[in-house]
Amino acid sequence: MSKKTKKKTTKRKSSKKKWARVDGRKPDELRPMKIESGVIPNADGSAYIEMGRNKIIVGVYGPREMHPKRFSKPNRGVLRCRYHMAPFSVDPRRSPAPSRRDQEISMVITDAIEPALFLERYPRSVIDVYAEIIEADGGTRCASINAAAVALADAGIPMKDLVSSCAAGKYDGKIVLDLGDHEDKKGESDVPVAYLPKIDEVTLLQMEGIMTQEETEKCIDLAIEGCKQVYEAQKEALKKKYGMVDEAEEKEEETGEEETVEEEEE
Amino acid sequence: MSVKFETRDIVVPGDLLYEGRIRTGENTFRREGNVYSNKVGLVNYGNDRVSVIALEGTYTPLVGDLVVGMVTDIELGQWVVDIGASTDAILTINDAINKSFRTNFDMTRVLDVGDVVVAKIVDLDRRRTPILSIVGRELGKVHEGFIMKITPSKIPRLIGKKGSMINMILRETRSQITIGQNGRILINGRNREDEELVVKVIHKIENEAHTSGLTNRIQEYLRKIKEDRK
Amino acid sequence: MSNTIVSRLKRKKITDVLATGKRMDGRDLLQYRDWEIKTNFLAKSEGSAEVRLGKTRVVVGVKIGIGHPFEDTPDAGVMMVNAEYTPAAHPTWEPGPPSDDAIELARVVDRGLRAAEIIDMEKLGLVSGKKVQMIFVDLYVLNYDGNLIDACSAGALAALTTADAPKFKVSKEDEVEITDKTEKLKLRAHPVAVTVCKIGDSLLVDPTYDEEEVKDGRITITVDENGNLNAIQKRGPVGFTVDEIKKCINIASEKAAEIRAIALAGE
Repeated sequence: MSKKTKKKTTKRKSSKKKWARVDGRKPDELRPMKIESGVIPNADGSAYIEMGRNKIIVGVYGPREMHPKRFSKPNRGVLRCRYHMAPFSVDPRRSPAPSRRDQEISMVITDAIEPALFLERYPRSVIDVYAEIIEADGGTRCASINAAAVALADAGIPMKDLVSSCAAGKYDGKIVLDLGDHEDKKGESDVPVAYLPKIDEVTLLQMEGIMTQEETEKCIDLAIEGCKQVYEAQKEALKKKYGMVDEAEEKEEETGEEETVEEEEE
Repeated sequence: MSVKFETRDIVVPGDLLYEGRIRTGENTFRREGNVYSNKVGLVNYGNDRVSVIALEGTYTPLVGDLVVGMVTDIELGQWVVDIGASTDAILTINDAINKSFRTNFDMTRVLDVGDVVVAKIVDLDRRRTPILSIVGRELGKVHEGFIMKITPSKIPRLIGKKGSMINMILRETRSQITIGQNGRILINGRNREDEELVVKVIHKIENEAHTSGLTNRIQEYLRKIKEDRK
Repeated sequence: MSNTIVSRLKRKKITDVLATGKRMDGRDLLQYRDWEIKTNFLAKSEGSAEVRLGKTRVVVGVKIGIGHPFEDTPDAGVMMVNAEYTPAAHPTWEPGPPSDDAIELARVVDRGLRAAEIIDMEKLGLVSGKKVQMIFVDLYVLNYDGNLIDACSAGALAALTTADAPKFKVSKEDEVEITDKTEKLKLRAHPVAVTVCKIGDSLLVDPTYDEEEVKDGRITITVDENGNLNAIQKRGPVGFTVDEIKKCINIASEKAAEIRAIALAGE
């Protein structure tokens, strides 16, 4: 594409000119992110995320009785994640019918989230996670996982850890973090990663492109750094609901010990 | 320091609450000898345990709980009842009427699909299916009123210590309120105005369940509304 | 929707309260919930609108591209309306091909737009018999609390009104180029759908999910800015008297004007 060629020429011409990404970001800089929890009233838990121009909404239902019963497991719950793109989320418009890509992404997302859940607590039940891509701009599976983790926590489903996801890759010869759509399509490689921040384990790892082993490992490390930054944003989004605690309490005169919720042993 | 937070700090799933051995209270789990939170909530360090007060989550059926549910299916000798738990509950004929099952018995004469019941959980079978009974006072098919749903974990707040909160609401609104531990509340007021007041109050409690000084605030709220009415 | 079990208690309570002229949420029978419409917020869609009507939330995306005309109308553009009942929107909705209700929603909204002749499709031709402009209107339901038809119809109108349609250039060799220039769509009409529900003997507008569950029937009437009727759809296994139908038409005509003002506010 002409844009890329232009960049390379400029680079050769004057090595003093700073290399910049198409949107001006530094190589290890994430796109601006916004996460909100509790956005779908009907869902047990939900979240909305914007990562750059990505706009994704996730609704969670469950744990609930699984139908048809033959798909349920007798001794543990089933996690079903569904990744789906709105026809107007991409240019040109795509068919609303799920594609093979959608199905594969649904599966890797399920694998990325399952290790964070206590599914053995919910035999014969299902936890449904529905990710709807309203607008796509590269890295939608990562953004979906980020919103899904917040939605699951919003639903009060017990989790061992949150799941944070980010991609790194190689674009125009440089290792970069959080590839946008252009970098994803025109770059040399893309490595999406999902990570359990407290347990320190990788639960999603895919790679596509041509890179040396060293470059690939650099990407994984960089992606994990990105995941850690995402984690902070996810925590903020979850804690926001309780922000009202401080305001409400300040207005009140303390009239002594108030009843607290009855505790039960695990 | 073994204690990683202060009581009433907001924690998220995966947060390390206590390094070392301590009893695990609700919404926590043990991993590699330490205790972590498994939900978003307020951490509470008790004398000998740490727990997290979570404000969301599905209903976990316990034997002895009073629940409000709806019949969704009829099987041989039993009804399937939706109580909003991770699996449906079962109500057998024996636990509904003092009769044993005969194959030609028309079960819909007792309960039909779409009927709402107030029931007690009398057992959890070996597959952890809640087993219900409607034999007893205040139990059985519901004929009047409507159901309001709130998060089950906020029910204790709605009841209050020794019933202080709910008794105050009953007094001030003079309505019949049956609280299901599964987050479903059956309301039957003498008029719409009283019913709407009950709904408003319960909504307020649901939104502010995690704050302190709530009982007084609700009392004040009720008093103000009744004054405005006059 | 038709598969779910309706609580008898719910039906009784709603009907009893309706008999007093009020609804469970305190509204009058002919009162809509609060509307909130946001437009042009999706960068990859030529037009977009997000509608919140009470707790019901839908996103309408308008995409304009190039496609093949129908054989019998070689110079006319093509408009297609599609509805998606996302499984996130309601606990009883499952993933899968569009349900009957989703298909009806798309077709009723489509009929309203088409019958009103909102866009002169003949002006959308590019290369006769080969290439024409395609207008896709996608109705995406994110939270379902009743009255999807009215919400989507208003959303479609808002999205089409504010859409930035690309300008096309057709070369001598019949090559079509999408220029960077955009223009607003020339809309010839502003149709708005109003759905009136019948529960027992009461006629009401803007039903919540609970009210829709217990309703006996409904009539959707699409009205344009001149007060003409563009489309009517009656559903539900009950009969409406002619008198009731006339009442519904009057209600629709009155409410359509209110809704139209809200839908066009983003213009």
